[in-house]
Amino acid sequence: MSVNLSTRQEGDVSVVDVEGRITLGEGTSALRDTIRQLVGNGQKKILLNLGDVSYIDSSGIGELVSGFTTVTNSGGQLKLLNLTKRVKDLLQITKLYTVFDVAESEASAIRSFT
Amino acid sequence: MERDLDSTLDSVDRAEGLALDVAERAGFGEEDLMKIGMAVRESVVNAVVHGNRYNRNKKVQFRVERSGGRLTVRIADEGEGFDFGNLPDPVAPENLMRGSGRGIFLIRSFMDEVQLRHLDPGGIEIILVKYAT
Repeated sequence: MSVNLSTRQEGDVSVVDVEGRITLGEGTSALRDTIRQLVGNGQKKILLNLGDVSYIDSSGIGELVSGFTTVTNSGGQLKLLNLTKRVKDLLQITKLYTVFDVAESEASAIRSFT
Repeated sequence: MERDLDSTLDSVDRAEGLALDVAERAGFGEEDLMKIGMAVRESVVNAVVHGNRYNRNKKVQFRVERSGGRLTVRIADEGEGFDFGNLPDPVAPENLMRGSGRGIFLIRSFMDEVQLRHLDPGGIEIILVKYAT
């Protein structure tokens, strides 16, 4: 299994803990399916915990962007938590770091949803 | 080292592993290994997905060699090619929220030299060069 995603509910925020590799194929499909399912279930506040993401490629970055767009278009908010150095570097290189709302603490991230 | 790889996503891992084996022996550090690995992965994904389009009858040619502190990786597909001279800039504001189109940009960001050319009768060749520092 290249990636494992598990979702838990913290109040009205859905926290998705992502572990492993977000790369083209299984990784990007699993992330896309999870976000679409949450949006389909009416979840408006989604927090992606990427602290245990060991690797991400351009397709994975693209999937984060698509997920952000999907959630935003449904009237919700998607935020990122616990970026590893690799993910943070890639978001900075691709100039996406300021697009996403990034938090380093789960508690503050949850409080920041409006 | 030279291999003909199948047009499958398994070839992405294989190519990365082959390139990193050579790069490690050439003395590249951890940060450079990450960059080389990602550039190779993105290049092979392009060859498999956009070039050969997973066609089992088409191969991805892969070659990696080192000479002194220079690592050279060549990846070639048998696809129909694309206009690599006219790719949208993925960091331009109007393209920032696109779900794809960052592969070549990242390859160029991570390698010291990148050359793309059309092959006859078809396909794209990409040559990646990294110098040990």
